[in-house]
Amino acid sequence: MEHAAAAVTPAWAMLAYLIAGVLFILSLRGLSSPASSQQGNRYGMIGMGIAVGTTLFLHQVGLPLIIGAIVIGGGIGYYIAQNIKMTAMPELVAGFHSLVGMAAVLVGCSAYLNPGAFGIVDAVTGEIHGVSRVELGLGVAIGAITFSGSVIAFLKLSGRMGGNPIMLPGRHVINLGLLAGILGLVAYFVADQSAWVFWTITALSFVIGFLLIIPIGGADMPVVISMLNSYSGWAAAAMGFTLGNTAMIITGALVGSSGAILSYIMCKAMNRSFISVIAGGFGDAGGATEKGAAVQKAYKAGSAEDAAFIMKNAESVIIVPGYGMAVSQAQHALREMGDMLKKEGVSVKYAIHPVAGRMPGHMNVLLAEANVPYDEVFELEDINSDFSQCDVAFVIGANDVTNPAAKTDKTSPIYGMPVLDVEKAKTVLFIKRSMGGVGYAGVDNEVFYMDNTMMLLADAKKMVETIVKNLGH
Amino acid sequence: MEFLSIFSIFVMACFVGYYVVWSVTPALHTPLMAVTNAISSVIVVGALIASSAAVGGSETSKWLGLVAVVLASVNIFGGFAVTRRMLAMYKKKEKKAAVPAAAAK
Repeated sequence: MEHAAAAVTPAWAMLAYLIAGVLFILSLRGLSSPASSQQGNRYGMIGMGIAVGTTLFLHQVGLPLIIGAIVIGGGIGYYIAQNIKMTAMPELVAGFHSLVGMAAVLVGCSAYLNPGAFGIVDAVTGEIHGVSRVELGLGVAIGAITFSGSVIAFLKLSGRMGGNPIMLPGRHVINLGLLAGILGLVAYFVADQSAWVFWTITALSFVIGFLLIIPIGGADMPVVISMLNSYSGWAAAAMGFTLGNTAMIITGALVGSSGAILSYIMCKAMNRSFISVIAGGFGDAGGATEKGAAVQKAYKAGSAEDAAFIMKNAESVIIVPGYGMAVSQAQHALREMGDMLKKEGVSVKYAIHPVAGRMPGHMNVLLAEANVPYDEVFELEDINSDFSQCDVAFVIGANDVTNPAAKTDKTSPIYGMPVLDVEKAKTVLFIKRSMGGVGYAGVDNEVFYMDNTMMLLADAKKMVETIVKNLGH
Repeated sequence: MEFLSIFSIFVMACFVGYYVVWSVTPALHTPLMAVTNAISSVIVVGALIASSAAVGGSETSKWLGLVAVVLASVNIFGGFAVTRRMLAMYKKKEKKAAVPAAAAK
């Protein structure tokens, strides 16, 4: 009975959690423009402070240990955040997702072992409430999937594991079987709260999270990372249900829908269905055969000197960055080039495709890091009509997102994907490491072979640095 | 709280989330992920309850809770700090920034 009494949260605390939830909403609202975003982030911190403070005040036991845990964790987190390179942001986010997932699993396990503390014990039977068992089961399952999935995403994004999809035979059958098994066990958990049911749910969920992400290739990562973002939210929401905590439920719903919307935007920008991304295996070995045929066509190669000359005499230049820019860390050199061109009276703009890079908004962050003002950076739909009037399209480390085959060739695997119309520019300067490699989708890009295209074959950063030197003369 | 009232809050929050997130500018999608990451660590509330429940609870449950507090704290501090770092980099053109300053004089 004492446990049941502990579950009643005082009204002030309920209000405090509600305020925390509202502050979290405001923190996302702030991101509607860069100008209000920093204030938004502050709202988020205050909300978290209120949620933690309220909880600490309500359950004042074992304070030194808890403060110790917060200091250790917070110190590590703060250190990582201050020292991480901006180009490593995708793997950082994936890593952080895995922590939320694991925390959800641990909280779920803890609640299962000590349900009294969470106020989920039925006063009559002495067992866990039926509804709470479903919430616990789902919470732990989603948390575990988030954890193991994010760990794989982290390993792939940080290059510790090959980015290529790894295909297991019969993986669809295995995955569907596992999923059915987990859902079945959650249902059975309502009837029987034995330990084996709970631990099997947890174990199977770890396995399926791992199997789900393993077959997904590097460039599908924007979808994967958004999806895991969404999962971490649903995991928090499930735990919020268990605890009847408004702050957790609101946050979980916010984060869950945020991740879901980002996944949707990313899928749409690749013209692929969510299911086909999750099924995985896009752009694997099949691309290699097309590669051979591609290399033989004639193309025009140019030097940094040529590029500098062309751009100096242009009136407008649109720069199209892609993942290659991130890999070679060319953003600072690129900004320098942009500054020099502006001094020459050239108008410089940046065009960002939604799936350029490895996570949503990846290019924008890198350009911001290099001090490119955000009002010179444009999204696809805002700038695409400008290519036909611009003198130079400067493509750096992007490929598939500029491929006109997406508009014309119905047989192309990327057909229907919205692309940047770089081919409409008077001149296209295309930085590429070598002619051998094709884009992620394994499709040849006809822009390479157009008369008005000049290929600049080199490492992106070195090429831009040499162009900068030539502009200086 | 009753399940249905909690569920109502949840459904409403999903709708709020839907509209708020669509209003986020695509340029800030990476900070959006970082900050959602940070706020989803509100799971720390559950972890704190688990680790503070000394009376009548199992020791294992308490320690699991403590580990969860550490993990969630990494995320809270890391997530908000990295978001702040990113957001501080987004700047407008210097010219434009100078105009309101001059107007204020």
